[in-house]
Amino acid sequence: MSRSDLSIAIQSSENSAFLMSHGNVDYLRKMIILNSMLKGFLGGIHLLENKFTENLAIEVMPAPKRVYIPLSQHAGKSAKPVVQKDDFVKIGTKIGESEGFISASVHASISGKVLDIKQHPHPVLASAECCIIESDETEDWAAGMKEKHDYENLPKEELLSIIKDAGIVGLGGAAFPTHVKLSPPPDKPIEYLLINGCECEPRLTADHRLMLEYPIGIIEGAKLFQQILDTKHLIFCIEDNKKEAAKIFINENEEVRVLKTKYPQGAEKQLIKAVLNRTVPRGGLPMDVGCVVQNVGTCYAAFQAVKFRKPLIDRVVTVTGDGVKESKNLLIRIGTSAIDVVNFCGGFVDQPKRIIFGGPMMGISQYAEDVPIIKGTSGILVSKEVSSYEEGPCVRCGCCVDVCPMGLMPTEIYKLVKNKKFLKSKDYGVLDCIECGCCAYGCPSKIPLVHYLKYGKNEVWRLSKK
Amino acid sequence: MKDLLIVSASPHISGRLDISLAMKAVILALLPALMFSVYIFGWRALLVTVITIVSCMISEAIMQRMLGKKITLDDGSAVLTGILLAFNLPPGVPLWLPIVGSVFAIVFAKQLFGGLGYNFINPALAGRAFLMTSWPSFMTKEWLIPTGSTLSGIDSITSATPLTLLKNPANFGPPEVIIQRLNEMATIKNLFIGKVGGCLGETSALLLLIGGLFLIIIGIVDYRIVTGYLVSFGILAFVLPTKANLPFHLFSGGLFLGVFFMATDWVTSPVTKKGRWIFGIGCGVLTAVIRIWGGYPEGVSYSILLMNVFTPLIDRFTKERIFGEKKKGVKL
Repeated sequence: MSRSDLSIAIQSSENSAFLMSHGNVDYLRKMIILNSMLKGFLGGIHLLENKFTENLAIEVMPAPKRVYIPLSQHAGKSAKPVVQKDDFVKIGTKIGESEGFISASVHASISGKVLDIKQHPHPVLASAECCIIESDETEDWAAGMKEKHDYENLPKEELLSIIKDAGIVGLGGAAFPTHVKLSPPPDKPIEYLLINGCECEPRLTADHRLMLEYPIGIIEGAKLFQQILDTKHLIFCIEDNKKEAAKIFINENEEVRVLKTKYPQGAEKQLIKAVLNRTVPRGGLPMDVGCVVQNVGTCYAAFQAVKFRKPLIDRVVTVTGDGVKESKNLLIRIGTSAIDVVNFCGGFVDQPKRIIFGGPMMGISQYAEDVPIIKGTSGILVSKEVSSYEEGPCVRCGCCVDVCPMGLMPTEIYKLVKNKKFLKSKDYGVLDCIECGCCAYGCPSKIPLVHYLKYGKNEVWRLSKK
Repeated sequence: MKDLLIVSASPHISGRLDISLAMKAVILALLPALMFSVYIFGWRALLVTVITIVSCMISEAIMQRMLGKKITLDDGSAVLTGILLAFNLPPGVPLWLPIVGSVFAIVFAKQLFGGLGYNFINPALAGRAFLMTSWPSFMTKEWLIPTGSTLSGIDSITSATPLTLLKNPANFGPPEVIIQRLNEMATIKNLFIGKVGGCLGETSALLLLIGGLFLIIIGIVDYRIVTGYLVSFGILAFVLPTKANLPFHLFSGGLFLGVFFMATDWVTSPVTKKGRWIFGIGCGVLTAVIRIWGGYPEGVSYSILLMNVFTPLIDRFTKERIFGEKKKGVKL
């Protein structure tokens, strides 16, 4: 029995153990058959999960005094501001209108006065145009919000336009506008809707808590997506380090796939490979193999948008790390600055050395403490100690090649990029890199491979634009 | 300055494995074989090893100083080269020989090509090959008689290695008798444990196997090269016309040392998965061919050196298939 067979056997028996205790024997049989067919994905690594906050319930952080809401929080075009300096806004008032198809609207997350629209530190873009709102502390909602609406009989066009209007984007991190993902061209029928509850990054527990505390909202949101896409199958994909969450969805009689924990399982293409054993073609999208993948947070946000007409003005964020006094899972308004969040968590332990937005593997380190939470921010990690490494020579150990989930050769690409052979690096697939960080994590010479690959990508794009 | 936040590219965590840890693990895996060597060949084995280690380290430091580089003795790679070179020398060599070999290995095979990571052939094997061609008499005759020994009474007189006996049995007595003794069960057992004549560190197949498996389990040595090498060599040693049986071929000479510690050298083996299979199989085929048809009794070091030279070519022709890429042969 090979190692992978063995792991599947263990996986099946573990699943059966907890399914037995639930008495759902039919489902148990189905799960074992399905799990034995799961092939997993190529490469990847096993990380120390360090999910210290998984037992902490989501707390609601009160609205801050001031928010900095970037007009660009998503993949695609930046939104166009529709408010001016000194305007008064309420919670949910649209402050940025989406421009073009691949774009998303932006809404005020507190009620108050627009102080200014100007450049401010941005967690992804370094600096971007932000709408700065000072709170009037009334917490008034814009008209028509917070009321319940029926949505069962709405046509799919209307559902789509509500989701678009609410500024819903993928909350897994990439922040791709959701209405775009939900509008595949007619020649690409979608068979499977996968709901991504993997949260494979170490330390982050935001999705995990959401699944434990608001499963019904997630399921409703997922059903909504299913209705819009008209897919036959809806599958919740959860890693086996979140069995409690998986149980809840199984008990709701949803189709659940419990996956063997491995990083980066939450990456779209890897997830589709692991669950359906379908390979998204190079340069293609999940819809090319009849799939759409949506994050659990996105489902919940869409549900709220349709049910309460509530735009995306807050999200769950895990705040943790040795540099912050108290680790928490928080529901935070979009635009809250990192320093306000840390102060709510008891403040810094010591002089912070590094603040990361996102997880330790793919997160972005920040240069300013007043950088705002945006729609794609899943975690804030504060470190008071940072170990630094000196880049050694590549010893051709091949570790990076072994672990790359995209089948790339990071060592070759990094050498090409270092020697400025960008076009050749494109042949080696630099644009296929998903920046998961597996290669750099395992590199014994501590070469910042992701840094070189990101640089190579940018140069290739720049050269091809010319 | 201390108030500023540190900004760096992701990932922000890193695995524990680094070069010096990997080198230490390999050295640890070689220690049992070294201790056994001291046991059977006496303190001279240790003396030779210490000489190669020290001269490797001194050559490395001087070269890095002269080339204006940072001195990186703490990464342990010079120590490892020293140990591996000593393992490939007859234990009775004159003591200046290991020094010359070490200097050649570090200066010409490693540092002149750019140091760690840039050498295209295994430095220790290059050092051995240099000594072998320059002073063949010292390199093939200075065998010591192993303690507690025994190759059924033959080598206690001549101290020749089992493979030399196999290659030229007529030099040592009636050929039929010698060949028959080589194939005896007692001989095979001694070969496996290592109570036979040979290079300093290559004799004990058992201890090298233990060290090698340890490295495979902790993920430093790639199983593809090891498997490819052993399987292809085993098949050929079984199929091709030779006077010795398969276990004799597997446990004799430097095969296990080469398979687990030389062929799997990170720097000089391919990085691709397919490439490593090809590399391992290539080594196995060449070793079998040299041993059975070649002029030398042993072919491990030359076959690995030859495959080292092919490594860049293998890497180029076995590029990994990118996720979602069409199968080869279909051009878009």
